[in-house]
Amino acid sequence: MSRTITIQPITRIEGHAAIGIQLDDGGNVRDAHLDIMSLRGFEKFVEGMPAEELPRIVSRICGICPWMHHLAANKAVDRCFGATPPPAGHKLRELMQTIAHAEDKLLHFFFLAAADFVIGPDSDYAVRNVIGIAKANPELAQRVVKMRFLAKMILDKFSSKTIHPVAGVPGGFSKPLLEEERLDMLAKMHEILDFALFTIEFAKKEVFPKYLDTIQTLGVIKTGFMGTVDSAGALNLYDGKIRLMKPDATFVAFDPQDYIAYIGEHVAPNSYGKFPYARCWNEGFSLDLENPKGVYRANTLARINVADRMATPRAQAELEEFRAAFGRPAQATLLYHYARLIEEVYACERAIEILQDPGITDPEVRTAAEPRAGRGVGCVEAPRGTLLHDYTTDENGLIVSANMIVGTTHNLGPMNMSVNQAARALIRNGEVTEGILNRIEMAVRAYDP
Amino acid sequence: MTVKVASEWLNSCSGCEISILDTGERLLDVLKVADFVHIPALMDHKYFGQLGDGRHIEIPEADVGLISGGIRNQEHLEVAEEMRRKCKVIIALGTCATHGGIPALTNAYTTDEVLERYYGTETTDPPAAYPSQGLPPLLDACYAVDEKIKVDIYLPGCPPHPDHIFGALVALVEGRPPTLPGKSVCDTCPTVRKGKGELKTMRRFLQNPVYGAPDEPLDRMRCLLEQGYLCMGPVTRAGCGGEAIRPRCIAARVPCRGCYGPVRPNGNQMMDMLNALASNGIDVRSLPGIKSLLRFSGAHHLLRPVSPERRPHP
Repeated sequence: MSRTITIQPITRIEGHAAIGIQLDDGGNVRDAHLDIMSLRGFEKFVEGMPAEELPRIVSRICGICPWMHHLAANKAVDRCFGATPPPAGHKLRELMQTIAHAEDKLLHFFFLAAADFVIGPDSDYAVRNVIGIAKANPELAQRVVKMRFLAKMILDKFSSKTIHPVAGVPGGFSKPLLEEERLDMLAKMHEILDFALFTIEFAKKEVFPKYLDTIQTLGVIKTGFMGTVDSAGALNLYDGKIRLMKPDATFVAFDPQDYIAYIGEHVAPNSYGKFPYARCWNEGFSLDLENPKGVYRANTLARINVADRMATPRAQAELEEFRAAFGRPAQATLLYHYARLIEEVYACERAIEILQDPGITDPEVRTAAEPRAGRGVGCVEAPRGTLLHDYTTDENGLIVSANMIVGTTHNLGPMNMSVNQAARALIRNGEVTEGILNRIEMAVRAYDP
Repeated sequence: MTVKVASEWLNSCSGCEISILDTGERLLDVLKVADFVHIPALMDHKYFGQLGDGRHIEIPEADVGLISGGIRNQEHLEVAEEMRRKCKVIIALGTCATHGGIPALTNAYTTDEVLERYYGTETTDPPAAYPSQGLPPLLDACYAVDEKIKVDIYLPGCPPHPDHIFGALVALVEGRPPTLPGKSVCDTCPTVRKGKGELKTMRRFLQNPVYGAPDEPLDRMRCLLEQGYLCMGPVTRAGCGGEAIRPRCIAARVPCRGCYGPVRPNGNQMMDMLNALASNGIDVRSLPGIKSLLRFSGAHHLLRPVSPERRPHP
């Protein structure tokens, strides 16, 4: 009577993963896990390459967040070559990254996640998707498509290539921003901010209240959290110190250059992907639901948990409301969606702030770099978590070794735990329905892997 | 009239799928004519049945099958073969599918070398064994799709421009083959070429090119190759700019790296480029990391592992 259920591929996520569930003779869950099915080996094949080429190569790690890899790589090469970008170089990079975040969150919420809530978790799979939403609510769909595209085209128009961008360069940026481009972007970002505010109101009124029970139970686990903050403790996506918080809300903060002292990666037999964990807690690694060891989470919920505040006013007001309801750190997994929409507001506000900075149109955008032996860790917050690229170069500026810890991977352990928790809670006495299996996947989708 | 479309991503990054979404408001028109029956990025059709109790990978029948990504492991291979069985027309979408793309840089190394590094980084706890439990075994290399199954239409690009994806889908609905540019990036590049220069060596891209005022139009900037920067435009298929024509990277004042693959479908971007440079009197030894000239087209056995004793120590 014991049997195995294979949910493959996990859908409406960005990668290649599967869920395996083993049922015992009584039809209850003996084991449930998430398996990462692919391995490409960027760490190996960038060896020997001219370091300045890496920002254009490692972007291919992810076609949804190529700006993040592009910029983390640029920051790493800046350090290897000792090339400090002029202020406008950094500002243009952060502007692009922030708008990319704004676009990505709309993509995730509406195109990938929303169908579970708007069409419903138990609905027919053939309509439980963005195409179903487009048919059920064409007006909303049209607006969503338009707004996401508007954000994407700001990036496309200015940087010329936005899936696998090229405009970030070691030492800065490849071209300055013109005044008329600035004004055009500013007007568009105000429009997207309005839509971000509409979205969070819509979610707070129409979506989250209907699923309050699910939010408080589905995939809920207790872990630590990781995210980047600025010198004032406010959430920052482009630069700052990494905070690593324990479940009891105490935290350490460290410079990304020192990440090796804090993070380890565990290898499990059933996943090509490695499992980062908090080595600095000195408790080892375990995904035991009752007593996890070394497990922390990254991505939106983690970032708003570790930050003392949001640096922009509307996002700060949203964070206060969120914290009053769910505390700090909030642990419920589906709250990632809520946190994502708060970060969406922040990203729009922050892009507007950068565009209002008089230095943003400074024509001096790049410092010339000289190849040399060096080492540099480039770190940014990707939509899916803290992203680290660590390069060492030889005296010709060629890559000797590279290590990368990609945003999504921080959550591999937690996703496994959430899948296990959800499967155990939902599958009883051998009763398995499509709705139940989709709910288990929803516990993964919240992490936006 | 609609066509049934099945879409799969293999050894890829999902950029091609995002490029489908970047057809923008045309996306809603795409959805009117393309009836997606399987697309893991957007819908919940499963290989092993909706209750996860099947034994074999199953994809619904479709008129058109879009495959992005190369073939790197056993599962990719099985999925590609199932797509071939179930789809009347297979489109290799993106340069990973047509020529291996960036992930085929792995072909310069053996699979063991890749595993050794990935599971041996500074942060990784040394494992007793490499992961394998329930995982699709890796093949010995990353293959372009047509090395394993028959491909009917090639749509290169990293990613393919949304204009080309939209154009291809519309063409297929209308029952005709899509047309794609056959020229080189150089043929469509508006920058100023003055002919053979004094150049003897190539410069690495460590500073921005010279182009005058910040708003100087692209057609008044000197060709980047003639400024001494390696630019893969001569040996790379045009198309990255879509209907706007102008090459995307060069419009960002950055040289081309060849993402649309070779101009001739079976061309070798590295050899063609080295020949082009040498015939212009440029010392190709001034270029570091020459294998990176094949970074988009290392499948079809063009990139192969070098035996360790022959490999220069970095």
